[in-house]
Amino acid sequence: MAGIEEEPVSLAEAPVRSLSMIEAINDALDIMLERDPDVILLGEDIGYFGGVFRATAGLQQKHGKTRVFDTPISEGGIIGVAVGMGAYGLRPVPEIQFADYIYPGLDQLISEAARLRYRSAGEFIAPMTVRSPFGGGIFGGQTHSQSPEALFTHVSGLKTVVPSTPHDAKGLLISAIEDNDPVIFFEPKRIYNGPFDGYYDKPTKPWKGHPGARVPEGYYSIPLGKAHTVRSGSAMTVLAYGTMVHVAEAVCRDKGVDAEIIDLRTLVPLDIEAVENSVEKTGRCLVVHEATRTSGFGAELAALVQERCFYHLEAPVERVTGFDTPYPHSLEWAYFPGPIRIGEAIDRLMEA
Amino acid sequence: MAKAATSDSGTTASGPARDSSDQAGGDNFELRSLQDSFESEKRYTASQDELIGFYKQMLLIRRFEEKAGQLYGLGLIGGFCHLYIGQEAVAVGLQSALQEGKDSVITGYRDHGHMLAYGIDPKVIMAELTGRQAGISHGKGGSMHMFSTEHAFYGGHGIVGAQVSLGAGLAFAHKYRDDGGICLAYFGDGAANQGQVYESFNMASLWQLPIVFVVENNQYAMGTSVKRSSAETEFYRRGTAFRIPGIAVNGMDVLEVRRAAEVAFAHVREGNGPVLLELNTYRYRGHSMSDPAKYRTREEVQGVRETSDPIERAKAELAGMGVDEETLKQIDKDIRAAVAEAADFAEKSPEPDASELYTDVLVESY
Ligand SMILES: Cc1ncc(C[n+]2csc(CCOP(=O)(O)OP(=O)(O)O)c2C)c(N)n1
Ligand SMILES: [Mg+2]
Repeated sequence: MAGIEEEPVSLAEAPVRSLSMIEAINDALDIMLERDPDVILLGEDIGYFGGVFRATAGLQQKHGKTRVFDTPISEGGIIGVAVGMGAYGLRPVPEIQFADYIYPGLDQLISEAARLRYRSAGEFIAPMTVRSPFGGGIFGGQTHSQSPEALFTHVSGLKTVVPSTPHDAKGLLISAIEDNDPVIFFEPKRIYNGPFDGYYDKPTKPWKGHPGARVPEGYYSIPLGKAHTVRSGSAMTVLAYGTMVHVAEAVCRDKGVDAEIIDLRTLVPLDIEAVENSVEKTGRCLVVHEATRTSGFGAELAALVQERCFYHLEAPVERVTGFDTPYPHSLEWAYFPGPIRIGEAIDRLMEA
Repeated sequence: MAKAATSDSGTTASGPARDSSDQAGGDNFELRSLQDSFESEKRYTASQDELIGFYKQMLLIRRFEEKAGQLYGLGLIGGFCHLYIGQEAVAVGLQSALQEGKDSVITGYRDHGHMLAYGIDPKVIMAELTGRQAGISHGKGGSMHMFSTEHAFYGGHGIVGAQVSLGAGLAFAHKYRDDGGICLAYFGDGAANQGQVYESFNMASLWQLPIVFVVENNQYAMGTSVKRSSAETEFYRRGTAFRIPGIAVNGMDVLEVRRAAEVAFAHVREGNGPVLLELNTYRYRGHSMSDPAKYRTREEVQGVRETSDPIERAKAELAGMGVDEETLKQIDKDIRAAVAEAADFAEKSPEPDASELYTDVLVESY
């Protein structure tokens, strides 16, 4: 692959390269196609063209058209056929080009994929991984920017994953594909090519040089349901996932706050222990996500934290989220829950 | 829904057992019934003034889109922006045959041309592209989401295929209100593979709705050619299972498009239910502004431009009618000036105030 920096090889472990998130996802898909003949990739423009974000570049050439192929623009059909393929024993990985286009397939996801195991008492399952770029910050307006994760976490029978680094994206995607339940794998497209930290007026850094961009070669997996402590601290706990991990990190660094930042990595199953341990230690909790506020995943987190850590809390749980409006075409940076809003919430938490 | 379904023919959509003569087209439904009457006289006979009108509209769309492409390159337009260059004859030929304000139009995200073909001020369209307060949707919709109540233009929709069902609803409302209007619902060759398109075909035919479905077949859906995505590549046939007659039309000839519009609209206005038009056309530019266009050759694009450009064709025809070079040059000059003015306006207008974020989410503000 182009632009890969070769790192010195330690004999003890697999060689590590510096990859962007999109390259790491491509690598994971390549490895799983290689390892498991039941893995199949399908989606709009993913084969011949290699995907609009290049996630599947080169994979059709390498693994053939029966395993990596283009579909018509038919999201309901794409997800529906993937459920059937999975029930028969294949391991389909459909791509929905943008999370905003997943809605025509919602019925198949909610009524079929999520419930097949339950209603057949475990006889049939839907081991599929729906990959889909999501989130804002690319000036995509209302049909190319949404963060609909809470629609999926609300459905029993689905797992929901959101990586925040190339390293995690690869390991989590491999786990998702190997998982025997349907997984919604949301890829924060704003950080495909660099860890965007919310300072939109500054040039975006590439992944190269970021610790999360160090991706071992070959197969490895990261279990679903294990959060990652991005940095430890004692002043407050920040719960985030996807792009917002990087934004939160930058704000805490700039403000010099001794915050503990937890990257949830998977929302369902949730690593509630990691959350609980941290909040019990810090006594303060800030939840950050891009999605709209009302009934967002932050509401669930806030409820869990007060249920489990109430007597340790020194302040009400704070949420910084998108506003309760459609994603606007202009005013993107007023809408995006960036450094200013996060900074203000941190101040409120510390003063409380 | 009884009123609409029963109003003119006396048959109910949901009534007791129907024999086939109750159905759209009766016993002798023929897919190509309208095609044959269209073939008998394939091109509209336009007066010189009419053709000059079409030419101006097509040229305005072309120059506007070229300018939009430039503004995008300069960073004044961001996000997603889909140009209509190459397809101008479709919107102009069809919409010129509509009764403005009475008939409704709905389309997908490649919508600038349809707006311009309605004579909507290029300034407010360009200002929407640049996301400014003066834009037709106050900068909140952007390139893909533009609307005009005055012209019964119902948008501008970013989700591929969604507008087709909405169009069937508009047609239902025309019938329910008995206002004599019809709906023109545009969609792409790629959108034609969305399931809801066929749900809409069935309802439109079952309820005999006044709608003309228009497939703008520009041969590609992003990087996917028609052949690689469609089992039936002759889109005008796609209504067969629903007894919707189809017409295949050369969408690169504005007079042919206009003539097809006359045939289709008359059929629909007479209460015969929907018609499906397939307009064969071509987009010269990338799918959107960020398209590396590796799925087709330069020669292919160049070939179409050289042999079938709708604007060059109209221009040659005008010359044949005796319109002199000077007049044509002046038209181009005037259009360039109008487009430059629109760009200037779109650049200078202020961005919406942040308070606009919360307007028009629901009836009430909250
Ligand atoms: C439901 C949905 N799926 C996918 C997309 C992404 N997408 C936008 S345009 C497009 C291609 C549509 O092609 P076509 O219908 O032929 O229209 P054209 O662009 O050629 O005018 C795709 C796949 C979308 N906007 N909505
Ligand atoms: Mg097309």
